Amino acid sequence: MKRFHLPILIVLLSTIGLGVFAYKALALNLPVAPGASAETWLVEARVRYQPTGGATNVQLRIPERLPNFALLDEGFVSRGYGLNTLSAGDDRIAQWTTRQPRGEQVLYYRATLYRMGDDGSEAEYPGPVSVPDWMEPQRSAAEALIEDVRARSSDIQTFASVLVNDLTEASAASNAAVFVADNGDQRTRTETLIDLLATARIPARMVTTLPLRDGRRDLDPEVWLEVHNTRRWVPIHPISGDIEYPQDVVVWAHGTDPLLEVSNGREAEIRFAVSRSVQDALATAERFGETVNARILDFSTLALPLGTQNTYRVLLMVPLGAMIIVFLRNVIGIQTFGTFMPVLIALSFRETQLLAGIILFTLIVSLGLAVRFYLEHLRLLLVPRLAAVVSVVIMLMLAISILSHHLGFERALALSLFPMVILAMTIERMSVVWEEHGPSDAITQGIGSLVVAAAAYGLMANRQLEHLLFVFPELLLVLLAMTLLLGRYTGYRLTELFRFGRIQEAMRRDG
Amino acid sequence: MPGWLPRFVRPRLLKEQGIVGMNARNARYIAAWNARRFYPRVDDKLQTKQLALDAGLSVPELYGVVRTHRQIREVRRELGRHEEGFVIKPAHGAAGDGILVIDGWRGDRPRRANGRTLELSELDDHISNILSGMYSLGGRPDVAMIEQRVRFSSVFDAVAHQGVPDIRTVVYRGYPVMAMMRLPTQDSDGKANLHQGAVGTGIDLGSGCTIGGVRYNRPCHEHPDSEHSIVGLQIPGWEQLMELAAGCFELSQLGYLGVDVVIDAERGPLILELNARPGLAIQIANGEGLDHRITAVDAHMVARATETAADRARWSGEVFARPITRDGTPAANHHPDAAPA
Repeated sequence: MKRFHLPILIVLLSTIGLGVFAYKALALNLPVAPGASAETWLVEARVRYQPTGGATNVQLRIPERLPNFALLDEGFVSRGYGLNTLSAGDDRIAQWTTRQPRGEQVLYYRATLYRMGDDGSEAEYPGPVSVPDWMEPQRSAAEALIEDVRARSSDIQTFASVLVNDLTEASAASNAAVFVADNGDQRTRTETLIDLLATARIPARMVTTLPLRDGRRDLDPEVWLEVHNTRRWVPIHPISGDIEYPQDVVVWAHGTDPLLEVSNGREAEIRFAVSRSVQDALATAERFGETVNARILDFSTLALPLGTQNTYRVLLMVPLGAMIIVFLRNVIGIQTFGTFMPVLIALSFRETQLLAGIILFTLIVSLGLAVRFYLEHLRLLLVPRLAAVVSVVIMLMLAISILSHHLGFERALALSLFPMVILAMTIERMSVVWEEHGPSDAITQGIGSLVVAAAAYGLMANRQLEHLLFVFPELLLVLLAMTLLLGRYTGYRLTELFRFGRIQEAMRRDG
Repeated sequence: MPGWLPRFVRPRLLKEQGIVGMNARNARYIAAWNARRFYPRVDDKLQTKQLALDAGLSVPELYGVVRTHRQIREVRRELGRHEEGFVIKPAHGAAGDGILVIDGWRGDRPRRANGRTLELSELDDHISNILSGMYSLGGRPDVAMIEQRVRFSSVFDAVAHQGVPDIRTVVYRGYPVMAMMRLPTQDSDGKANLHQGAVGTGIDLGSGCTIGGVRYNRPCHEHPDSEHSIVGLQIPGWEQLMELAAGCFELSQLGYLGVDVVIDAERGPLILELNARPGLAIQIANGEGLDHRITAVDAHMVARATETAADRARWSGEVFARPITRDGTPAANHHPDAAPA
């Protein structure tokens, strides 16, 4: 058991981390890339009518749940009206009421829709429907047509689409021609189709859809037929027989009831306008999370105040830097001053950028070393000497900032956040190594520290990684698992392969 | 290929040679056998010395301990009495840092091992630096120890430049597994630090003879300053040294231990200090990996109950002895897959 303890822990941590990550990325659509944008559609329904006197009641069917789309936001613009939304089957009804409207009335309903991929959600089978009462000669024609179509189809879906095609391409002599007398109107055709399907005891319904086309001011709602294939409602175009909605068609309302009903009003009309907008994917995902009530987002970093968020954007990168250090030290074998000092240096490179940071670091450390060697002559005790080095380091930084400002290098001004105590300790450590082990060791370790800091910076400044760790902090569990894995690495370090490589001739001498 | 170029070696070859890398040392030896609570026994040289005295193991004599800055002046008088010289060292120093060797007086001025004379005030400064923690890990305040300067055996006169050659033995679970002698050179400024140019030479555990060394990671058979051969030097009191090294296991309780010993002309081997994290350069000096020997000790431990230090030293001497070559010295290398030169 003990032997498997660590592997199990590692697998567990990575599974949890990747699992939560996958859920948030795939189910909640949190963007994996920084600055990703999400497409949202703003649909505006504009209702207009002339009041005829007396209290009016305007009823507009609005969607409740949209397949393939999420309703991120909605709003009603209706001054002087009482507003009520009622549930009505698969939809809702917005009910505006007012007592004494005067002049032309305009009411708006606006919804922000966000496409979230095909949901293909299943719906309960409503059971076989009752056969409608056909009059002759329709009854015999309907029965003959149903028989004929049934012979040429294999299941409910093909039955429906064959039927649609038969009606569309009906020749004058065929049974189907009986039902296409009032050719042209899509709505009537759909009603006829529903009746015919009912004759075959197939449940079908009418839906009102809106094709989303950017910038259109007066979109006509389009009527579609939906057939239940015992698992879900399958949309079929009532004229062309196409199955499934094309991209960017949104189902607005279900059933045959009109979209708009106005009492005590005339010339009532509804117009749809659609515009597409591109929003920050992260914000969209957040709002989406609210709509689906994902508890997990309540506990995400996105719920924190903005200032705290910015702090965590940086802090969450530290474990990554630490893991890089583990890798560079234990697998590659680079020597550095202080274990995690390079991470702090790398953090300060975030302010100064890499090249300027390296130049400043080298400059301050070399000048500080010179001062430190001078202080050595004064024979100070350790802590006062360290304090003196800190003071000198800060004065050096100030001098560099003032000088570079005069020369027009604004970049060097950012070094105020350079961790000066860390720098002072580095100078102290470096000078001890310099004295005790010689300049070559000190310079090797100094360059090692810089290389490691630069590598850590390279990763920690990566926007993609920063975004990933900030939006998906559960990935830290995966990092932790990798660090644990590295903790068990007992193989050779890369530098050892060279160190022992140089003595291979010594290893083989004599024999 | 020029010698200064780094040469890559396949990890599999190193594994066959039993070379131990840093990660393996830390995980398999130090983490597995060195309990943290025993570290103070070796990290504090004062404590090591006391433990060794209690166990009856030989150490350089302790002249005095300076614990506060006020005591620095008092200790001056004490120092003057030791005409043959003395050594000032921090109790918590690492890797030989902060050790000052005074080998006598010129008038009333102390003389360093390299012949340079110091002012008395420089001595005070050095002690003061030690006390303020300049040489201790993390800069914690430390104490300074003043102890007997070892008059090392004349055997090494020709191969030790102005410094003390010491013998590092790695003791694994109480069994000495490998030893090397570190010879200071002019380059290393009298320090026995291989990294700074000191010569490291492997030692045959059976006979106590040196088997030729390495300097700056290159094979080396003569001392660079005196050009005296460093192959086949017999270390005096070798059996005693092996027993001393093996005995350090009991006093430190550390399963992976470095024992640094100097050979005094009169008193024989003396424990200088112990190290809980002995490095891996000993493999380079011996031209052999540690792993095979450590495996042998593990196998031996399975069969044997506890043995005395003397028994363990004898066992190691027998098992890890190198075959004697035609010229009467131990073979420099005897791992099985070494190709003939």
